Amino acid sequence: MLSRVAENIYWVGRYVERAENTARLINTTTNLLLDLPRGIALGWAPLVNIMGVSQEFYQNFEAPSERNVLRFLICDERNSSSITRSLAGARENARTLRDVLPREAWEQINDSYLYVQSQAAGGLGRRSRFDLMRNVILRCQTIVGLLGGTMSHDEAYQFSRLGRNLERADMTTRIVDVSSADLLPKQADDLKPYANIRWMTVLKSLTAYQMYRQHVQVRVKGPDVLRFLLQDRFLPRAVVHCLGNAATCLQGLPNNDATLRTLGRVRRRVDDADVYTLATTGLHEFIDDLQLGLNDIHVAIAQTYFGLDLPGAMTQAQG
Amino acid sequence: MAIDCSAYEVAGHYDELFAATGKPRKAAKPLCHYLNKLSDEDLQERRSSVDLAIMTMGITFTVYTEGSNIDRAWPFDVIPRIIPRKEWERTEAGLKQRLTALNLFISDLYGEQKVIKDGVFPADVLAQSKNFRPQCVGTTPAFGVWAHICGSDLVRDKDGTLYVLEDNLRVPSGVSYMLENRQVMKRVFAELFEDYDILPVDDYPTQLFDTLAAISPRPADYPEVVVLTPGIYNSAYFEHSYLAQQMGAELVQGSDLVVGEDDCVYMKTIAGMSRVDVIYRRIDDEFLDPEAFREDSVLGVKGLMRAWRKGNVSLANAPGAGVADDKVVYAFVPRLIKYYLDQDPLIPNVPTYICMDEKDREHVLANIDQLVVKPANESGGYGMLVGPHASKSEHKKFVELIKENPRNYIAQPTLTLSTAPTLCDGRMEPRHLDLRPFILQGESLSVTTGGLSRVALRKGSLVVNSSQGGGSKDTWVVDMGEDA
Repeated sequence: MLSRVAENIYWVGRYVERAENTARLINTTTNLLLDLPRGIALGWAPLVNIMGVSQEFYQNFEAPSERNVLRFLICDERNSSSITRSLAGARENARTLRDVLPREAWEQINDSYLYVQSQAAGGLGRRSRFDLMRNVILRCQTIVGLLGGTMSHDEAYQFSRLGRNLERADMTTRIVDVSSADLLPKQADDLKPYANIRWMTVLKSLTAYQMYRQHVQVRVKGPDVLRFLLQDRFLPRAVVHCLGNAATCLQGLPNNDATLRTLGRVRRRVDDADVYTLATTGLHEFIDDLQLGLNDIHVAIAQTYFGLDLPGAMTQAQG
Repeated sequence: MAIDCSAYEVAGHYDELFAATGKPRKAAKPLCHYLNKLSDEDLQERRSSVDLAIMTMGITFTVYTEGSNIDRAWPFDVIPRIIPRKEWERTEAGLKQRLTALNLFISDLYGEQKVIKDGVFPADVLAQSKNFRPQCVGTTPAFGVWAHICGSDLVRDKDGTLYVLEDNLRVPSGVSYMLENRQVMKRVFAELFEDYDILPVDDYPTQLFDTLAAISPRPADYPEVVVLTPGIYNSAYFEHSYLAQQMGAELVQGSDLVVGEDDCVYMKTIAGMSRVDVIYRRIDDEFLDPEAFREDSVLGVKGLMRAWRKGNVSLANAPGAGVADDKVVYAFVPRLIKYYLDQDPLIPNVPTYICMDEKDREHVLANIDQLVVKPANESGGYGMLVGPHASKSEHKKFVELIKENPRNYIAQPTLTLSTAPTLCDGRMEPRHLDLRPFILQGESLSVTTGGLSRVALRKGSLVVNSSQGGGSKDTWVVDMGEDA
């Protein structure tokens, strides 16, 4: 298959996943803020950090107020990772793939973009925000479902899955990083109610709370949450699980040696992580390192299959 | 009140389906009988199923405005145009004859130029041709064929004579709509197909693939054929992607291809570089290769002309084929058929006055209010004067233009295009139309069965372009089991 087609479909996978994760993050944070006692200032700034867009944000806004942050994350054209820009990116890539994608999948992508374009402003207020975000999540899941359920699981499909899993792993590390950062100087098993709530938020952002309860069966504690989100083999949003999926995709593609080796190195680093230590110290550095590793995988894919020497950033090369 | 064929009015023009008011031609009788039986509800239901079929089949054309793309549904009229098989066979033979002569002519121009030496074609016309490519001189494509795909526009005047209006030898489009129109009709009017012996159209993609495969520089291997598109913003992108799919060929853009140090063309795939043998290119000459033509082209492939001249890749249509897609050259086609084939043209040209000829020019200047004046190298109706509909000052302007640059203009009498019944707000009304068949030439020649009928949906309008209120009809070549 053509390199350009592979690259475009890979980015469809990434952008759809990015839009969904952003929507999840916004919903969970909104819920958390309603629960927290007054005087506990969590604020909206962490969301901007999670998405890795603080620099762009503070260039355009003075304060990380609810309205500013949400505008930036949902529909700001200046934020290359906003939900509207992500879905626009998915759509632009999908548009060139009309002969590759099942028609229903293309229509769903196109329709989701148009939906968010027209409804985005409603997400700034709390009242309709939940519905909007829920719809974004459901629509993204529908796209993933249509691809998986109607497209031949050929090389093209593997590229969409590859993009989705790498993006998902990346978002999981971001959510773990920032949402837990403020807590870490305290004792890992600190039982203050709000600390507990914070770890729960991390889980809920990833829709992993219920699964945690089922599979871990202990109280929500830092090290257990970290182990679950980083190392669990069965949780679809756990980093190791995503990397495992990505490896399966790569195994179906030609010339995969170098990329699989890079991926293996990153995976071992996650497998070997000592969650008890990380829960108290060094998590941020660990995650930083992990994100560099994920980027290495992306660069290896781009070099092998897209024929591009990409700079480090995980944004799509233009032109 | 449903359709009433007896009320269909024919006046002052030739109608494709009716001999006179209320009198269907023989081939149209079963159709009229069928339409007369349909109630308003039936008709409405068919109309909506057509719309739905077009939607779900994704037949669109692209309009690009203000940064966002709109895919519009292709306007489609449900009443087919019917051509008896006997009549079509004559037309088909005429089209093959024409393309054969045109290809001999193009070969000659880039070779010995005998046609000029023998005084049949003036050197002046060639000297001022915008589409003559000196880069192509001395190259011999496979089978001596330059124009592999030709879309010729046919029109019928009020006396019923069929004329060739123009030959599109660069990147003619529309064939995908011809194929899709038939699919829609089969879905929606399946019963009608029982009353008629309608010749199928769907072997076109196979014929196109065979034509392309035959010109591969490595005929022994299974050739790698690709369709080269300018990309999603091109109005014919739907067709590029459709034909690639139907032929099982890769749809590539310029950036997907590279010319290697061995002067062969490769496409970038996830498994590495892969050799390309034949490129069905849907981008204009000027954009093909920034090394040979426009340097600023980002649509093309650097070094493509080098690879082509060395015979390492075949291009369809060959670069430079457009030299025969010129309205002044058009005027010479009957003479070229005589010169190369020693035959009389089977389908006549519209009578054409060549402004560079002194006698013709005087006639044009004296009768400018009666004639249609066209520039030699424009397409899509740009820079044209329709004498009877234009103002005095426009006449004056064109008189000046012709005097300034006579080589660039031709003139033709104003034709009254034929009509066909078209469904307009639940009533059947006459609308003007043309016909674009597609002719393929490689190792052998073939012609589409019928072609794309384009119809001007606005009353009285002669403009059939989709961007300007034009639509299309399914075109049936039917076997009536006897002489037409």
